[in-house]
Amino acid sequence: MTSLLTRRRFLIGSTLTASALGLTGCDGLAEDGNVQSVIRMAERLTMGTQRFLIGDTALAREFRAEDLSPTFRANGSTMPDGAEYQALLAGGFAQWQLKIGGLVEHPASLSLAALKAMPARTQITRHDCVEGWSAIGQWTGVPLGAVLKAAGLKKEARYIVFHCADEYEKTLDGSGWYYESIDLVDAFHPQTILAYAMNGRDLEVPHGAPLRLRVERQLGYKQAKYLMRIEAVADLKTFYGGNGGFWEDRGYEWYAGI
Amino acid sequence: MFGSSSTPSGQRTLIRRHSLTVRLSHWLNVLAMTVLLFSGLQIFNAHPSLYWGQYGADDDPAVLSLQAVDNDGALKGVTRIGSLSLDTTGVLGVSTVDGEPTVRGFPAWITLPSYQDLATGRRWHFFFAWAFVLNGLVYLAYGLVSRHFRRDLLPTRAELAPSHLGHEIADHARLRFPTGEKARHYNALQKLTYLAVIFLMLPGMILTGLTMSPGFNAFAPWLLDLFGGRQSARTLHFLFATSLVAFVLVHIAMVLASGVVNNMRSMITGRYAIRTEPSPASASIASEIAP
Repeated sequence: MTSLLTRRRFLIGSTLTASALGLTGCDGLAEDGNVQSVIRMAERLTMGTQRFLIGDTALAREFRAEDLSPTFRANGSTMPDGAEYQALLAGGFAQWQLKIGGLVEHPASLSLAALKAMPARTQITRHDCVEGWSAIGQWTGVPLGAVLKAAGLKKEARYIVFHCADEYEKTLDGSGWYYESIDLVDAFHPQTILAYAMNGRDLEVPHGAPLRLRVERQLGYKQAKYLMRIEAVADLKTFYGGNGGFWEDRGYEWYAGI
Repeated sequence: MFGSSSTPSGQRTLIRRHSLTVRLSHWLNVLAMTVLLFSGLQIFNAHPSLYWGQYGADDDPAVLSLQAVDNDGALKGVTRIGSLSLDTTGVLGVSTVDGEPTVRGFPAWITLPSYQDLATGRRWHFFFAWAFVLNGLVYLAYGLVSRHFRRDLLPTRAELAPSHLGHEIADHARLRFPTGEKARHYNALQKLTYLAVIFLMLPGMILTGLTMSPGFNAFAPWLLDLFGGRQSARTLHFLFATSLVAFVLVHIAMVLASGVVNNMRSMITGRYAIRTEPSPASASIASEIAP
């Protein structure tokens, strides 16, 4: 027993600093699968409680033009380097089309001009990064609910998945492509829009040109940029890590209302 | 009264000081607040700057930030508070990880997990935030129903008199603590401190935390007005946490200074020993029991 402990101590000591040693117990707990599954139960409690309190239609606060952030920090991908996106960008997104598919009655492809011709909503809202910072910006776009109504959701549809043009993390299996998902409560919320303009101008590349999602009651990583395809689905398990989003597959909460 | 024994300096009496609910909620709170502090610092490290107002990010002026600057090839940790700038290399801004100076707001030994992992830090923070809130609600309900707050924590008019408070402060500063009958109850400084923690600092902690939630903002936008914005709430969350840490340090110091065994026993078993001057009647009984 003593020699076992000593050997283990030696192994730990040789790889970790003395300061880290004190907390290896906590780190071990944090990495334990059973502990993780208990800790993760808080997300459901939070989502259930927030949904109950907020209701489906309560709006996120909207601000005035004088409240806008002088600089709106661009985060995550700021220039997708894929050939397809680069070609679309070079053509001023004239060839870009948003594909709407999955569990819908009328799959469609919408050009930027077609989206801009639809009734629009403009809102000045606060963008909250999961890291802790906030920026206030003005967004103009088409309510997602209107697009989904036109496409006609099938009864089995439960979630809307957003496929993006940026491969945020280069991996061999391609699991680094950015994607996101929301449920139908947020999809049909009046402030959930497909935004093509920011602060009165066409969306710039660092902020997700030509089109990004705005889900105003959730954190920044839900606001998927560089939208290419929208898919109505019954289940999120079949996509990449199965947790419903790029960051969700890397441990973050699917419900990002907190 | 659980029992008594006589000593030369008077009679040692064990009184029932803390109810089971208070003891359980106290230790649950110790666990929850410890995890909340360490996971909170992990979350803070993801963006180690604080702002005032509705918004705040890299290009906006920070009220406090922990930064790393390149000092001729060596990393230097700098803590900025307003226009004040302090070299805090080794602790804040830059600290050692695996033998290497690393850019980090707070050092590894005070964050959960010790390495940078915002997702895990958030999950632990919110799980223990629920434990903390539910525990607090049970405690509040108990405190009201059992009259614990009114009986044990509400100061009397006489205790609030400036002369009395001045006297207590002077006694505390000399580490002279109440004995005998006076030790049966909290003194006025304890009452006021515990009331401030229970009804000001802990609710402030929870409300500023909820104000940072974009979902909760849609339910209670008035919180944004109360605290002056999400970023102000984040700064206040940090200040409330700092003041709670200060409270705990003083609390522990007082526990040590005023009899650690007696205090710990009272918060574990509920029984607290006081020394009473023997009254003629009890003295005769005591002498019969222990000749």
